[in-house]
Amino acid sequence: MNELVEKICLCIERGKVNLASPYPKDLKGQEGADEFSRQAIAAGVGPDVILQACNDGMQRIGAKFGRGEAFVPELLMAAKAMNAVMAHLKPFFAAGTVKAKGKFVLGTVAGDLHDIGKNLVSMVVAGNGWEVLDLGVDVKPAKFLDAVRNNPGCIVGLSALLTTTMGNMAATVKELKTVFPTTVVIVGGAPLTAEAAAQMGADGYAHDPQAAAAFLGKFATAA
Amino acid sequence: MKSLLSALRLGRPLISDGAWGTFLYQRGLQAGECPELWNVTHRSDVVAIAESYITAGADLILTNSFGGSPHKLAAYGLADRAAELNEAAGAISRAAAGNDHFVLGSMGPTGVMLMMGEVPEETLAEGFAIQASALKKGGVDGLCLETFSALDEACLAIRAAKAATGLEIACTFTFEKTAAGEFRTMMGVSPEEMTEAVKEAGADIIGTNCGNGFEQMIEIVRAIRKVDTTTPVLVHANAGKPLFVDGETVFPESPSDMAARVGELLAAGANIVGGCCGTGPAHIRALAEAIRKR
Repeated sequence: MNELVEKICLCIERGKVNLASPYPKDLKGQEGADEFSRQAIAAGVGPDVILQACNDGMQRIGAKFGRGEAFVPELLMAAKAMNAVMAHLKPFFAAGTVKAKGKFVLGTVAGDLHDIGKNLVSMVVAGNGWEVLDLGVDVKPAKFLDAVRNNPGCIVGLSALLTTTMGNMAATVKELKTVFPTTVVIVGGAPLTAEAAAQMGADGYAHDPQAAAAFLGKFATAA
Repeated sequence: MKSLLSALRLGRPLISDGAWGTFLYQRGLQAGECPELWNVTHRSDVVAIAESYITAGADLILTNSFGGSPHKLAAYGLADRAAELNEAAGAISRAAAGNDHFVLGSMGPTGVMLMMGEVPEETLAEGFAIQASALKKGGVDGLCLETFSALDEACLAIRAAKAATGLEIACTFTFEKTAAGEFRTMMGVSPEEMTEAVKEAGADIIGTNCGNGFEQMIEIVRAIRKVDTTTPVLVHANAGKPLFVDGETVFPESPSDMAARVGELLAAGANIVGGCCGTGPAHIRALAEAIRKR
């Protein structure tokens, strides 16, 4: 792998945003994802190669998170580093040079205002090359239905933190599956289990963001 | 105002309350409505929940103010009513508890991640101070800053609440067991790290709540006791991990399950024991009977 590409990947895994960022401590004063991706583009490295590096970096930190070796702060910083790279790749997305793996519609279900878990999933999935449409919190079933209608072929992710809103999650899955039987729905959140997800009729359950990305990987439409 | 610390010095374990949220929903609170607003709109329902725990045998109860920081209330457009809603929360539990029982004002995290730098520390500190002062005005004996996961936010909240009220402060964190078998909060904080940091910030009582049933709580208390043998420890356990059966959320641990293990929890070093998600007056009654029989 190109040295710059390897550096970008490492900066994402470690959450090193740019030269000015003091985090992580052992990389203080060194260049970060921002500088290295600018240099890589200037050196003629393909945007798809840079995107793959983002992917690999997010996958590594996501896997660490899943194993309980990294936590929310590390994941947030990795996402911040990834966003720094994405800013440089934006023109290539706009020009169609690079394509997303597919579209992921995501939201916290009706009655639930918690967004931390949902945001983490959004970051990791975006870091894995998906276009994420985040509907926010307290999302009524009708809004999910509209999103699916307007984004054919998308995969839907539902989040809930409260035990009291698990019922709303089940109701949302049911409505989605009634109107769009072939739309793939994945659910997650602290009170959930794989059994509960299956009971609701969801196609998938993710206990952490990387698991969501891995599940989506099975449905990727572009490289 | 009574001192919970003095009561604990007598050596007898104290019994706290159980869940509040689930009972608000049972009484008609709709998902997406602000639970703290019920302190003024459905006062008698909130009083009934508070009284149910006193009747069950709790020595102390909390207040319906977990999401009462101005930052959390802002999601419902109620930030400017923080003082009113928290004072009402304190007054309700005080009325239910009378003068023979303790009331701790509940304060939860804001959901803001300070490390992201999106909300200034001073703004959050000011919010916690407003909430703590209002709870004190309502008549609480102390404060319970509960279910925190980040050290920076918890320590900031403790300092702000202490400065604003001078009340005794309990602080609890929510831990999860990692794949490696260690307990960490979602922000990566271990029980040992929490203990050192929140004591330094001024917490008088430390502990853990939510996320786990009794079995894990026993392990967490042991981890805390490895680094601290003197500070009182409060535990609010879930009735196990929720299951979803036939469209209903069900918690697996029955009152007798919890009561059967309370001896082990106390032996591990807990001083105040109560419940969190999935527990109700029946759990608290069973705990109280088990503890008083010892």
